[in-house]
Amino acid sequence: MSTSPQTLTSKDVAKVGLLARLALSEADLERMTGELSKIVGFVSMLGELDTADVAPLAHPLDTQNVFRDDVPVASLSTAEALQSAPRHDGSCFLVPAVLGDSGAA
Amino acid sequence: MSTTAPYTTIIGLEVHVQLMTRTKLFCGCSTKFGGAPNTQVCPTCLGLPGSLPVMNRRAFDLALRAALALECTIAPFTKWDRKNYFYPDLPKGYQISQFDLPFSSDGFLEVVDPKGAFEPCRVGIVRVHLEEDAGKSMHDEAAGTGDTRIDLNRAGTPLCEIVTQPDLRSPQDARAWLNELKLLLVYLGVSDCNMQEGSLRVDANVNLHIPQPDGRIAKTPIVEIKNMNSFRSVERALTYEAARQWEDWQATKAEMGKTPKQTRGWDDPAGITRAQRHKEESSDYRYFPEPDLVPVTVSQQQIASIRGEMGEPPVSLRKTLAAKWNIPAYDADVLVNQGRELVDYFEDLATRVGEGKVASNWMQQDVLRILNETNGTVSDFTVRPEGLADLIGRIKKGDFDTSRAREIFAEMVTSGRPVDNVVAGMGIAAVSDDDVISLCRELLAANPKIVADVKSGKEQAAAGLIGQAKKKNANVNPGKVRAVCIDLIRGME
Amino acid sequence: MQPLEMSAVDLVAALRQGDITAVESATVFLDRIEATNGSINAFLAVDREGALARAADIDARRKAGKPVGPLAGLPVALKDVLCTSDMPTTCASKMLEGFRPPYDADVVARLRRADAVFLGKTNMDEFAMGGSNENSAFGPVRNPWDLSRTPGGSSGGSAACVAGDMAPVAIGSDTGGSIRQPAGLCGITGLKPTYGRVSRRGLIAFASSLDQIGPMARSAADCALIMETIAGHDPGDSTSLAVDVPRYTDLLDRPLAGVRIGRVPEHFAAGLDPEVAKGVEEAFAVLMAAGATVHDVQLPHAKYGIPTYYLVAPCEASSNLARYDGAHYGHRCKDLGQRTAGHTGGFESPLVEMYCRSRAEGFGPEVKRRIMLGTYALSAGYYEAYYAKALRVRRLIRQDYLDAFQTVDLIGGPVSATPAFKLGEKTDDPLAMYLVDLYTVGTNLAGVGGISFPCGFTKSGLPIGFQLQAPPLAEPLLLQAADRFQRLTDWHRRRPQAVGVAKT
Repeated sequence: MSTSPQTLTSKDVAKVGLLARLALSEADLERMTGELSKIVGFVSMLGELDTADVAPLAHPLDTQNVFRDDVPVASLSTAEALQSAPRHDGSCFLVPAVLGDSGAA
Repeated sequence: MSTTAPYTTIIGLEVHVQLMTRTKLFCGCSTKFGGAPNTQVCPTCLGLPGSLPVMNRRAFDLALRAALALECTIAPFTKWDRKNYFYPDLPKGYQISQFDLPFSSDGFLEVVDPKGAFEPCRVGIVRVHLEEDAGKSMHDEAAGTGDTRIDLNRAGTPLCEIVTQPDLRSPQDARAWLNELKLLLVYLGVSDCNMQEGSLRVDANVNLHIPQPDGRIAKTPIVEIKNMNSFRSVERALTYEAARQWEDWQATKAEMGKTPKQTRGWDDPAGITRAQRHKEESSDYRYFPEPDLVPVTVSQQQIASIRGEMGEPPVSLRKTLAAKWNIPAYDADVLVNQGRELVDYFEDLATRVGEGKVASNWMQQDVLRILNETNGTVSDFTVRPEGLADLIGRIKKGDFDTSRAREIFAEMVTSGRPVDNVVAGMGIAAVSDDDVISLCRELLAANPKIVADVKSGKEQAAAGLIGQAKKKNANVNPGKVRAVCIDLIRGME
Repeated sequence: MQPLEMSAVDLVAALRQGDITAVESATVFLDRIEATNGSINAFLAVDREGALARAADIDARRKAGKPVGPLAGLPVALKDVLCTSDMPTTCASKMLEGFRPPYDADVVARLRRADAVFLGKTNMDEFAMGGSNENSAFGPVRNPWDLSRTPGGSSGGSAACVAGDMAPVAIGSDTGGSIRQPAGLCGITGLKPTYGRVSRRGLIAFASSLDQIGPMARSAADCALIMETIAGHDPGDSTSLAVDVPRYTDLLDRPLAGVRIGRVPEHFAAGLDPEVAKGVEEAFAVLMAAGATVHDVQLPHAKYGIPTYYLVAPCEASSNLARYDGAHYGHRCKDLGQRTAGHTGGFESPLVEMYCRSRAEGFGPEVKRRIMLGTYALSAGYYEAYYAKALRVRRLIRQDYLDAFQTVDLIGGPVSATPAFKLGEKTDDPLAMYLVDLYTVGTNLAGVGGISFPCGFTKSGLPIGFQLQAPPLAEPLLLQAADRFQRLTDWHRRRPQAVGVAKT
């Protein structure tokens, strides 16, 4: 990818699209490249700040050590588990083949 | 182990073990193996919208136990991260794992051969971390639909990932080391390490270091091997892969760093590794701190308390047993390698018998032999230590000799009956001292030649009496007959 | 007084005293929804049957002298971001159209136990991403004060249904202002509690470290009533605070004397609508008249709030929304299955094709934008420059708040720079839309609490909102100050006339 974030290329965006598993048409790609470049350019203003001595804060809470006991609780029924599945066979979720045509079994 | 190969094989392992918890890492679903598909699932492990994880305390404690047993440094502060990738057995689209702050790092585990056949093999542990397992994908090629079926019962099961340094130098060492690791984890109750049920899985990284005429060491590209379903497969796959890399090196002279790390799958029936398809996107997992969990801090007191409840690891138990029962290191090794239950059986037996070596001999030559033959476990073994101790006591008392005792033992094992019962059933009765003496008198009266020979100093001639004694009474102890006869002959003088 | 005009506090009292039955109360609101939802589009699902059955059950129990919950019979609307086992839960996304969770969110379960009556699920920006409700896959919500304008977002349906008398109380969620901004634009009161005060379990995640559920109602007193039911520790949410819940309603009627309120001069810089500025200044004056003192405070990194937020939230969202991939629930693209050799449409496998197309079809443009942005900012080589950088600035922003709360008890100011804008006005410019969160994102980044309530109207009759922010767990003070303000003003009692039907 390019080193200057403000100039995202459509190739960069296509790569991100695949990582994010979003099919993008040529038109999507073009529009998205423009919009993302603009947004990325905007958020890059954080670069003005010297944060060398500032530790990242991933979470507003100071809480630590939250556990639960190793005690089983009732699971869902298989029917409940599968109730919203686009495809299932009554016991498993069904998805298209994981492997491509060139993949080994 | 020595090798005449013109290269050194460099091996590092990545081991995943399932922790022995009742419930999953982040939800209360059961971790029991073998349930019907999608019966041990809930909103959390299905990754349903809005569901949240809460850490299983037992899983964390067991992981801590494993890391301590592997001599790791425990981090005072640890957190979890999301490893993002799409796969249908990973319903959230990310795995909760540990990235930059694993809870432990920098340990080791050593394997020592009691016979001294190979040098102690000490393997460094890079890190041990706690993460969740994925579900199971089943490729339904037979149905012809090309569908993949997904069972999420296993999704969210707690796993310890153990990553070693590339310290192993042969496939045999790798196998021996894995055996020791498994033994350790089973002893500590961390995992049952059942490979058939997927509770222990191994990936291996391997390459060759090849000394060059100019003194430089050429390094072949590192290959990661997957799909090895037993330690034997690990050894075979590594052996195959080392040879394959050697051939490849001779043909291509390809060195590390010039090609991306390759992943190869072990095809056990074919006995070869095969290149796995390379994903289009390089794995960019976009790790970031899991915002649905909070960090964990570990105090010295906690570490001390986990150590306290850990139990003795195999490496020190071997020494303890050898010293306590005065048995050879080899014996202790064999006993310990069979697992905690067998050691407990042995110690019970040895205590009752009062002699470690005698008890150990029975364990090694009889109990273990039968367990191996019947593929049984000591917990199901019909003869309990008190029964075997009884039998051994009767030998010492002289009621029967060892070979007779073995016959009795075999019958005890198959019938599950105690010594006396078996002896009676086999028509074996202990012969009283008076009976032996009168039998011997009869024999001496009938064999003047032997009596004369013994008198003249040829004590070995007494052996001729034993066969006859056995014919008259199958239950007599031959040693006793011999001793009594000689005594009687001497008394005639 | 008619139930439509009653506060939640009064309605609960009337129900308790038997002045009105739960069925009567539910019917009045359900009829109102039926009459007005066509023009406002506040509800995505209305559960008339379920609500009436529930109300009848409560009435029967009450009649039989059996115990009933503290909110017995109170109609409540739920933002469609909350999982409900008996109503569809869509997050206003095609991705989850028709989705039925097999479980209730913790707040939903608490409200059920308190015997609230659920009217239905309210419209919102898709996956709570937006500030105008125009990102709903099921059409925008219209502001009851002016149907050509936005109600704000993302909890636009919740705000509009309360403003439009379709529910006395609604539950919203706030990731960067999604309760407070629509409350401000619709002239109602909305509380964004301290992070961890209300369980997030069953709240469909947008950005997990920022999301928080809160009440939206006509007054601070009504919000206090709802908080007593929805707040509290949930062992099923690791980030839920194990802190006792105060009796918020008992803590309202206390004088404001001596309470120090901070005023951030930069809030009044260019960009703030003059009418909004005037309303906000007048609100400060009311609070001073009530005994509070006002002091200038600095939030030096406030201007970095928007860029920080638009990195942190999309990064978390890109991961939180990975689960919507067509595999286990939700939308899956059609026309997969004719898997002939070589036919993968440019995708490396049928599976990857299913993922990419299902997600492309199921998500709207703003959701895709944020997923793309977050994926990019977390990807190899960019993590440090964007995500980690934003987390460092987040610490500075939180520290600003902690420092400010050393000298003041509350921070006051505008909720939004302008009153409700026209639908369509900002839809072509994502960045302009992001800037509407200017005054609200800091609260979420810092994890503190904030409340928004009406403090006046523009000449054209649009509500102006006032925001108060407080240190962690100072909800009693937020509610007390807002309630005091509402005892001295009647802005929160004003009702829009724009809605299609005349009030009975």
